[in-house]
Amino acid sequence: MPMIEMKNVSKWYGEFQVLAECSTQVEKGEVIVVCGPSGSGKSTLIKCVNGLEPFQQGEVIINGISVGDPKTDLPKLRARVGMVFQHFELFPHMSITENLSIAQVKVLGRGPDEARERGLKLLDRVGLRSQADKFPGQLSGGQQQRVAIARALSMDPICMLFDEPTSALDPEMINEVLDVMVELAQEGMTMMVVTHEMGFARKVAHRVVFMDQGRIVEDDKKEAFFGSPRSERAQQFLSKILHH
Amino acid sequence: MNWDWQVFCKDTIDGNMVPRCFGGAGDITYLDWLLSAWGWTISVSLLALLVALVLGSIMGILRTAPHRGLVLLGNAWTELFRNIPLLVQIFLWYHVVPALIPPLRGVPSFLLVVLGLGLFTSARISEQVRAGIQSLTGGQRMAGLAMGFTLPQTYRYVLLPMAFRIVIPPLTSESMNIVKNSAVAFAVSISELTLFALQAQEETSRGIEIYLAVTGLYFITAFAINRVLHFVEQRVRVPGMIGGGG
Repeated sequence: MPMIEMKNVSKWYGEFQVLAECSTQVEKGEVIVVCGPSGSGKSTLIKCVNGLEPFQQGEVIINGISVGDPKTDLPKLRARVGMVFQHFELFPHMSITENLSIAQVKVLGRGPDEARERGLKLLDRVGLRSQADKFPGQLSGGQQQRVAIARALSMDPICMLFDEPTSALDPEMINEVLDVMVELAQEGMTMMVVTHEMGFARKVAHRVVFMDQGRIVEDDKKEAFFGSPRSERAQQFLSKILHH
Repeated sequence: MNWDWQVFCKDTIDGNMVPRCFGGAGDITYLDWLLSAWGWTISVSLLALLVALVLGSIMGILRTAPHRGLVLLGNAWTELFRNIPLLVQIFLWYHVVPALIPPLRGVPSFLLVVLGLGLFTSARISEQVRAGIQSLTGGQRMAGLAMGFTLPQTYRYVLLPMAFRIVIPPLTSESMNIVKNSAVAFAVSISELTLFALQAQEETSRGIEIYLAVTGLYFITAFAINRVLHFVEQRVRVPGMIGGGG
């Protein structure tokens, strides 16, 4: 059974179709990179995975549980699916430690001390233990995004979703975030990553999904995708982002 | 121009000067009356503010909920209470509502004024709370939900703590407005500052002193609220945010 399975997912904003019969899957321990030109629907696609964006047709199944089923306890399911956003979305009124522990306490029912310990351990892991008592507004973008990754990990997720995690960062901060992600991937975390960082894709992705105009145009093993993408659109895209 | 501040030391019945300016044994001076009127103004204002904050916050929150019926309810509430003049609303509560709803006939006019002023102001606070919540990026709501919070938890832990911080300045003006607007209570014979001023200047012919005293007390009350909320604003500042400390 795949960890994440999308079957013919379609979504409309009014008349405008943003996703057209998108199907793909992510096996346990697999890392897939979703790329494509802006407006191609990749952010919308990844937000459909944990039901942050509703979809009108098709099915998304995470670890055997259907996301679109009205009977599904979505908060419970989302608590097990880590998500990292383009703009970090740390809670600005809470210290870093509180950001890491609040959901553990309020959602998972862990004790405050246990949650704090777990949070600090993860901060250590992303190299930010010394920032524990600061507030998000006092951290750089790269640091905030590493905290956001630690926050998602604090819930012991069964898989992780990344929605353009480095595109709001200054260039010199991109690598500190990618390093954390590469490490996660190498440890066997199941990951679905929307990104333009082809270096990251080359290094750790198993498969690359290429989207254009709301459709999944290519869904290939990494070697095949970078070797010779079959669609002309993907070739153009790659030549645009790789040659400068 | 001859000032006569001694007017406040006069007995309200016979107009004689009372030593030390405070009456006793059932007799009151104009100073006693003024202070009692100030008490009524403060009572009406604070109780109405409480009603307005509670109902205004609830309605403001409903207007941002992902549910059409709740949004409609919040919008209807807000439009109803902000499109009718305050004075007319007070008269409606005093004359019309008890006629339509018989159990309300025995309710003291003080409570009707608190309700009227509170509901009028709740519409304005609802608008501010809505704006505060909507000023947060949609990403915050998604981040809360993605962590596994339910929608109410997302409001409680993620959206409202920031939204309320953002709207403290407009809420401060609104809280000061409620003190000033409480003057409408004179229209239904609540013995507050404005009613005191109208009656006392009639009886004493010292309108200038009377109005200046009342003006001062309104100013002090509104300014005190301003300082209290300013203190709150400082206390809840988030380090690292614009205007935040640390």
